[in-house]
Amino acid sequence: MNVLLDHLPQFREGFLGTLALTAASAALALVLGIIMAGFRVSPIPPLRAFGTAWVTLLRNTPLTLLFLVAFFVVPQIFFPGTSPFVLAMVALGCYTSTFVCEAVRSGINTVPLGQAEAARSLGMSFAQTLRLIVLPQATRTVIPPMSSIFIALTKNSAIAGAFSNTELFNVSKLLSDKGFAIGWIFLWIALCYLVITFTISGAFRLLESRLEVAR
Amino acid sequence: MSASVLYDAPGPKARIRNRVYSVLGTLAVLGLIVFAVLRLNAKGQFAPEMWEIFNNAGVRTSIRDGVLTTLQVFAVASVLSLVLGVLLAVARLSDHKPVRWLATGFIELFRAIPLLITIYVLWVLLLTYRTDLGLTGDSTGFWALVVGLTVYNGSVQAEVLRAGINSVPRGQREAAYALGMSKTQVMTTVLIPQAVRAMLPTIISQLVVTLKDTSLGYVITYQELLFQLQQLAGNIVVNDDNPYVPVIIVGGTIYIAMCLALSALATWIERRGRRAKTGIPVADAAQPLTAGDALETADLSAPEQPAGKTG
Repeated sequence: MNVLLDHLPQFREGFLGTLALTAASAALALVLGIIMAGFRVSPIPPLRAFGTAWVTLLRNTPLTLLFLVAFFVVPQIFFPGTSPFVLAMVALGCYTSTFVCEAVRSGINTVPLGQAEAARSLGMSFAQTLRLIVLPQATRTVIPPMSSIFIALTKNSAIAGAFSNTELFNVSKLLSDKGFAIGWIFLWIALCYLVITFTISGAFRLLESRLEVAR
Repeated sequence: MSASVLYDAPGPKARIRNRVYSVLGTLAVLGLIVFAVLRLNAKGQFAPEMWEIFNNAGVRTSIRDGVLTTLQVFAVASVLSLVLGVLLAVARLSDHKPVRWLATGFIELFRAIPLLITIYVLWVLLLTYRTDLGLTGDSTGFWALVVGLTVYNGSVQAEVLRAGINSVPRGQREAAYALGMSKTQVMTTVLIPQAVRAMLPTIISQLVVTLKDTSLGYVITYQELLFQLQQLAGNIVVNDDNPYVPVIIVGGTIYIAMCLALSALATWIERRGRRAKTGIPVADAAQPLTAGDALETADLSAPEQPAGKTG
């Protein structure tokens, strides 16, 4: 019990670290995922191939290996001396973007055929059809899987703690190294994660009911 | 909706435009790859000496040992998680309230906590009580990893199986009871076989996740593939630099090959199940993020069944 009260600042910092990392990588994953989904349904073969390769490769790589790549290979190619936070964000964002991409792609597939056909018959281009007609309607079906994707992302962000980021796993590791009983630490950390994941699922349920309009 | 509905069959102008975009897109992707290769080359990561290390017998042995250790953890953890999954699924569908609550609590708790934290806590606990439990050397890390993977993946497999059991048409269960079968008989000879058949692609996809998650052993310094790779790259110095890029390329290829082989098996079973005219529909082979996804796919493919109605 006292572990929490005595180390409230550390726990708070870890909690905020997890939140910041999750939010930043969620934003990156969302942008990358939608772009990749666009690539995968586009009329241009090389872009389709690139999207498929991106999803297949990243999905079948362990996230820990991606972290190694982000921390030891990426700085050798671009901007050496990037902060661990940004590198962790890149690894998490790229990994999660493949799941977002697949969710968006299957969402695009649920939009009735007639919508895209009508858009085309009005003379809209591929980009216009996707941006103005199909994606807005796909949003509704994409939201429920997106909630589980972001919850998984929150849990995956624990791995960043092993790569010199300050977040909840990192805090539990530090306190355990200091010799505090692991049971209590575990309980508090678990509670912190539950708060975050419940907030995410609650927010998405709210969003879902907001967007639930009779067709 | 197939992708081609989103755009017309290209006319002469569109064909030219698509070709221009194709060239530009290819150039952009190639440019990125070439830039990365050039930069890494400038750092000396593609020097022949860097790749010479794989001719060293010691390096090859440690990579082989890493692969074998990873496969060993995967084998034990997947068998145990499937057993636990069946037990938890049955317990969650039990008629006895306390059993149901216990199983639900267990599943929800371990699904909500990051696997890494479960493994780490187990590791610390096992290290603390290692003498009482009679664990020596590497086996602490091994059991922490295996038990962690088992409780997490077991919870997910339980949800997958439960979705499968609920997707079995109710008539099957009612017919079995009408024949005078006991609850255990109905579960083991009627419901579970059909649920496993329907959910096999999802179960195997979750096994791919288990395989990927063995790499978390890296954090508790257990000697599996990723840890071995990191040790290799960190300890070998060639031309005043660590051979991170060659080692990661080789290791990444091994991981991707293993996972793709398992995913291919899942897809093959899904196709085979779809071809069959009999039985309940087979679930998707897509990797479930959480068991919630598995439930959704089951709901899509199966007619509505009242949940938790085991008779």
